[in-house]
Amino acid sequence: MDFALMQRVFPFFVEAALVTVEISVLALALGLVVAALAAAAKLSRSRLMRAIGTVYVSVFRGTPCLIQLFVLYFGGPQIGINLEPFAAGLIGLGLNIGAYMAESIRGAVLSVDRGQAEAARSIGFGRFQTLRKVVLPQAARLMIRPLGVNTVALVKGSALVSTISVVELTYTAQRFIGSTYKPFEIFGVAALLYMIVVFVVAKVVDLLDRRYAIV
Amino acid sequence: MQGLDFSVVLPYTSLLWTGAWWTAVLTVSAAALSFVFGILFAVAVLYAPKLIAWPVRFVMWLFMGTPLLLQLFLIYFGLVQIGIDIPALGAGIIGLGLHFAVYNADVLRAGIVAVDPGQTEGARSIGFGRWQTLRHVVIPQAVRNTVPPIGGNMIALLKESSIVSVIGIAELVHSAQLGISETFRPFEFYITAAALYYILNLVLEGGLRLVERKVEVSR
Repeated sequence: MDFALMQRVFPFFVEAALVTVEISVLALALGLVVAALAAAAKLSRSRLMRAIGTVYVSVFRGTPCLIQLFVLYFGGPQIGINLEPFAAGLIGLGLNIGAYMAESIRGAVLSVDRGQAEAARSIGFGRFQTLRKVVLPQAARLMIRPLGVNTVALVKGSALVSTISVVELTYTAQRFIGSTYKPFEIFGVAALLYMIVVFVVAKVVDLLDRRYAIV
Repeated sequence: MQGLDFSVVLPYTSLLWTGAWWTAVLTVSAAALSFVFGILFAVAVLYAPKLIAWPVRFVMWLFMGTPLLLQLFLIYFGLVQIGIDIPALGAGIIGLGLHFAVYNADVLRAGIVAVDPGQTEGARSIGFGRWQTLRHVVIPQAVRNTVPPIGGNMIALLKESSIVSVIGIAELVHSAQLGISETFRPFEFYITAAALYYILNLVLEGGLRLVERKVEVSR
């Protein structure tokens, strides 16, 4: 192990790790919004909305994230969408994880006991009120863990944007492996930083889970 | 901005089918590897002496916390550095196989622990050794009970196999890129590739549902 090399490249990797964090956080925000809409669409009474939600989730979960990024970044200009690598990566990752998160949200909503909604309706709550005041607060607790799992997958999946030349952790690792021929050392440095990010995400999820636990 | 014209893909049909075929081969080989090593890792973590169990646990932890793409770079460039020169296809299968072996091991470990202790006690009491009990009684039940989550991992594997295109394996994404390099039509080719992945995904899901039903009936 060439520790001097690891020390020398470390600052570059920290900078790259910040890009990984930045794109992950922004994609997470986009993903959550899209996921909430898609879950609502899939749970909707309108057949059209259900169809839209189902197609979105099925297409984005049924094809590789890499291809989705390539369609957006390389194919986009053909249909008039010109995006910088970072923007394309952020939108691609967000739309991809949104499909997975939609299922997490839908699962949580569906696992709230039906009796809760029935009771709320029977004491005169409207459909929306029932959802807003009775079902969602309970579902919110149930979705913390699955959404956390999705978020960890998103952080690791963000490595894919290196293929559309976003200079993040994996891109930087690849460059340094090419220039130093020390794959194990470089992997070690990059892995350490990924582990730190994943660890922080896991801790935050734990904290939220405990904070909102039903005792 | 140019108009879309999917007919540009037609002359490359056989190229794309070949790519899809290699994606299937890659997925099946890596799946087999991930299953075998998944069982080995799970057993090592649960029953092996600490000297073996701890390194296995460390590798599992490392592989679960880092991206597959990074692991592929390590395996593809790293093995060469320690004098093992394997072709890209081998590196791709090993990388995908090990990555998903770790996820399978995680599932199988839980599955093994969940097998009723009475099963082990029963096997031991009729004279099975420790290894025999594991091999003939516990693991078959654990595998049967974990078919759905392992199937989920295999579906993820199919999609993640697209990543090995970056180390130059001629699978579906790579075929699409070949077509693009001659026609400059990324949108049409990547959408076609996505459709082929979607079909492969449906086939795999169908196959897994058959396996699940078979396991369900024979229980």
